Amino acid sequence: MSCPPVLPVLEVDRLSVSYRTERGDLKALRNVSLQVPRGEIVGIVGESGCGKSTLISAMIRLLAPNAQLDSGEIRFRGEDLLSLDLESMRALRGDELAMVFQDPMTSLNPVLSIGRQMRDIQYRLKESKADKNARSMRMLEKVGIPDPQARLRDFPHQLSGGMRQRVAIAMALMMKPSLLIADEPTTALDATLEVQIIHQLKALQAEIGCSILFISHHLGVIAELCDHVVVMYAGEVVETGSVREIFHSPSHPYTRMLLACDPGGITERTKVLPIIRGFLPDLVDLPAGCVYRDRCDMATEACAEQKPELKDLDGRKVACLLTAESL
Amino acid sequence: MSRAKLLRPDGLLISTWRKLRRDPLGMFGLIIVLLIGVLTVFAPWLAPYDPNEVDVYSRLLPPSGDHWLGTDQLGRDIYSRLLWGGRVAMKVSLLAISVSMAIGIALGMLAGYGPRWLDRILVVTFDTIRSFPTIMFALAIVALVGSSLNTVIVIIIIASIPIYGRVVRTQTLALRDRDFILAERAMGASTVRILFRHVMPNIAAPLFILASMDVPVVVGMEAGLSFLGLGVKPPTPSWGSILNDGYSYIRNSPWPIIAGGIPLILVTLGFTFFGESLRDIFDPKLRKKG
Repeated sequence: MSCPPVLPVLEVDRLSVSYRTERGDLKALRNVSLQVPRGEIVGIVGESGCGKSTLISAMIRLLAPNAQLDSGEIRFRGEDLLSLDLESMRALRGDELAMVFQDPMTSLNPVLSIGRQMRDIQYRLKESKADKNARSMRMLEKVGIPDPQARLRDFPHQLSGGMRQRVAIAMALMMKPSLLIADEPTTALDATLEVQIIHQLKALQAEIGCSILFISHHLGVIAELCDHVVVMYAGEVVETGSVREIFHSPSHPYTRMLLACDPGGITERTKVLPIIRGFLPDLVDLPAGCVYRDRCDMATEACAEQKPELKDLDGRKVACLLTAESL
Repeated sequence: MSRAKLLRPDGLLISTWRKLRRDPLGMFGLIIVLLIGVLTVFAPWLAPYDPNEVDVYSRLLPPSGDHWLGTDQLGRDIYSRLLWGGRVAMKVSLLAISVSMAIGIALGMLAGYGPRWLDRILVVTFDTIRSFPTIMFALAIVALVGSSLNTVIVIIIIASIPIYGRVVRTQTLALRDRDFILAERAMGASTVRILFRHVMPNIAAPLFILASMDVPVVVGMEAGLSFLGLGVKPPTPSWGSILNDGYSYIRNSPWPIIAGGIPLILVTLGFTFFGESLRDIFDPKLRKKG
């Protein structure tokens, strides 16, 4: 390497998180590593229960009370978030590290006006109310809300779902964070709105120069928005790479099946949509070997014994014994 | 209503007033509440006589043009005494309710948002106080420190804190795991900020209603304690002591006790109707069908 590598904004390093349950420890995340480079958009895909939400809760240090950090580090601009004291962590949240939630219908305070909530986010600034309102209005304008001055007086129930999510995005980006974590922000919206919001998010990201960690199970959205993709399965990262690599030549069998199952990618008329047979493994009592093996069409005997590590493969990383051998 | 009106809803106060105006019982309540407010605030100017002026030649008179509600056993004008007694009742209820509500909010939010062990301790404390008959409690306190208006206020405050504390705790518990509270935490809001900026406005409406319905309870408590001689000291007029005086002379004249009972009935009806109407306005889900 000739030039020094630019420090990624966020670096998750072999993170393991488990939940204490009545049946035993549920290993929700195991050795998860990923990077969000400065100024880029990284998408995390995976089916429900793959650990996406646990991962972001760990990043903002708002894990459920029964969660336990087993090992690993989450470095934000070089600093380990997991060893920060609560006050310094709180200082980062909303300022350098912002978040947009999945359901815009419940993520705004129902009894406070939009203007008041947007001013509230800026509480760290020593500015007049008028200055804060002006900034709120500029942000609302940027996320494509017409007549922002009037909207400041509105209450959340007076806005549609799409408008509320725009407000939530405006609030999250208000303090120009280094990293925006978006937890399925378009899942609760309809398809046309989804596209609009994705484009706006991309434009804002370019303007502010922040990085985005975008969680979704919608492959089309990931392909449209992201630079890199992290594919998660049952609490592990199975494949990471650029959007182009992952979508054009997926190498992990799970990624391939996931893409094959995307209704957007199906060209032939069919009565039966493709599915991945079987279910997620029990995370309390994990089988040895590869976690995906029970559902994998290509699994061999070796897959039941040896646990595949995430290995470099032409710039991307894959955790599969077969691809490492066959390629 | 014009289209602009539909798009630009009015503030909370105006819209509440608009809905209240359509509710006859609520309006009736509001009028009584305002009437009592005006009469007690301006009692020194409205009372035709000094409430403690004794006139033994005109004792136990029935209502007349000179004495609108008659006179008591010492010839004091009952109407004037009722006005001054209303000041005592309103002072006690305003002070007692605002202080017990403030303490109840603080403790209730601590219980609802704080750690589990603190919640347990506070709930047990609330229940202990609530399970104590107020009169017994009042007798014990008066026996210890003697009777006075301040003692009455303190007794009522202690007895009312659990009412507010429990409501605030339940509401806070219901709110603490809501998404917008999580969103606030994710955006770096401190616990104090979350409680006062985000939880408080959400529980303000039920608390306001509770406070309004609590006024007759507190007025009744003060009157009861004064009736038993545990409250304000004579000759200071209080609705309870007026009733007690009337009770002693009920064989001579029914007027003192009739006149003394009217304000208690009015306060109870007025604040209850007003409170119920507000509850319906703020929480349409609770409204009875029909």
